[in-house]
Amino acid sequence: MTPAVLAAPATARLGAAALRAAIAAVPDPEVPVITIEDLGILRDVRADEATGTVQVVITPTYSGCPAMDAIARRVEHVARRSGWAATVATQLTPAWTTDWMSAAGRDKLREAGIAPPGARAAEVAPGPVHVGLTVRRVTCPLCGSADTHEIARFGSTACKALRRCNDCREPFDEFKAI
Amino acid sequence: MTDNAVHTSVVAPYALQLGDDALVYAQRLGEWISRGPQIEEDMALGNVGLDLLGQARVLLTRAGELDGTGRTEDELAYLRDEREFRNVHLVEQPRSDFGFEMARMLWFSAYQCGLYAALVDSSDETLSGVAVKAVKEVDYHRDHASHWVLRLGDGTAESHERMQAGLERVAPYVAELFEDDAVSVAAAAAGAGVLPSSLWPAASAYVERVVAEATLAMPAEPTWRSRGGRNGIHSRPMGYLLAEMQHIARSHPGATW
Repeated sequence: MTPAVLAAPATARLGAAALRAAIAAVPDPEVPVITIEDLGILRDVRADEATGTVQVVITPTYSGCPAMDAIARRVEHVARRSGWAATVATQLTPAWTTDWMSAAGRDKLREAGIAPPGARAAEVAPGPVHVGLTVRRVTCPLCGSADTHEIARFGSTACKALRRCNDCREPFDEFKAI
Repeated sequence: MTDNAVHTSVVAPYALQLGDDALVYAQRLGEWISRGPQIEEDMALGNVGLDLLGQARVLLTRAGELDGTGRTEDELAYLRDEREFRNVHLVEQPRSDFGFEMARMLWFSAYQCGLYAALVDSSDETLSGVAVKAVKEVDYHRDHASHWVLRLGDGTAESHERMQAGLERVAPYVAELFEDDAVSVAAAAAGAGVLPSSLWPAASAYVERVVAEATLAMPAEPTWRSRGGRNGIHSRPMGYLLAEMQHIARSHPGATW
């Protein structure tokens, strides 16, 4: 199939605002309860009405995040379905931080049983670094208890760690703050 | 040469050697999947390797863009021979005891923390872009290695002994990481890179603190040390590593899925 065939007819084209909303609603393939906008990785949507093309800028969560390709394909698909031809660019700076996750996104994570990211660890600064077995406090998204412990520092995806609640005994994922 | 041409000729080999360190260590860490002491560690080492692979992809792509050959990240990873790889010997050493792996990760991540923190200010925007992202990732790797060194060193007699043995085995490979090779010197002079020797004080101080806290001892000055990785001279395990990493790509040239 040639790219020309893939481009939808201009008559079916959505307006720029509707296009943006459709792209923003693309779910994260690995944490599908939140959208790429909730996650804060959708940096820009530049739609050009005259040519029917849109440039979408996304920023990776982790350097090796395997979901980035899937997200780019999904964004292109949604744009094409909306009558636009999309190019997806990846932008490294400024680097993504969990501070960019929306309040709505945090609520959706909690509802899905994933502890949302807490306050970010201090920036890497020159000078002495604390050495020791540190303990972070994370609230259980299922029962609300603050009495939880870490099972594994790396979880099912690059962005998560695994914890267990000492009160309700349920294991849960924690979205790591970076 | 114009300023731009100087920049290009300096950054390409620099990005290549940083990328090769990350790529080769990612390959070694991937070998731990299904071989870790517990399933959580399979995932942890796989994830650390994934972060390094992500860094390598951007660095090798940059090297291929700038070196005039137009090679892609895949061509650089899969179609170069041993003498063309520029990684240090530390990262190519075979997977062995878990204590050795944690000693290697402690040193390598301590080195990378300083490296990327400094590269944030690189005059090359791709290098600074990778660094801004990677500095947080390698900080987490360093933290992970530190936790294990503390637990194992200050654990049982058996874990203490094996962690100490790991530090001893890694020791001869450490100096090469911090040696000022010609490529790094040129990149640093152009404002694009960092002098490896400038990273030694902070990295070694960090490792010494972890080792002391873990009730372990810093190894004595090694009687030999690795050298030559930055010039493409590698140790025996490197050829076997490349054979495993490259054989599918070489057996099926240009295959996609």
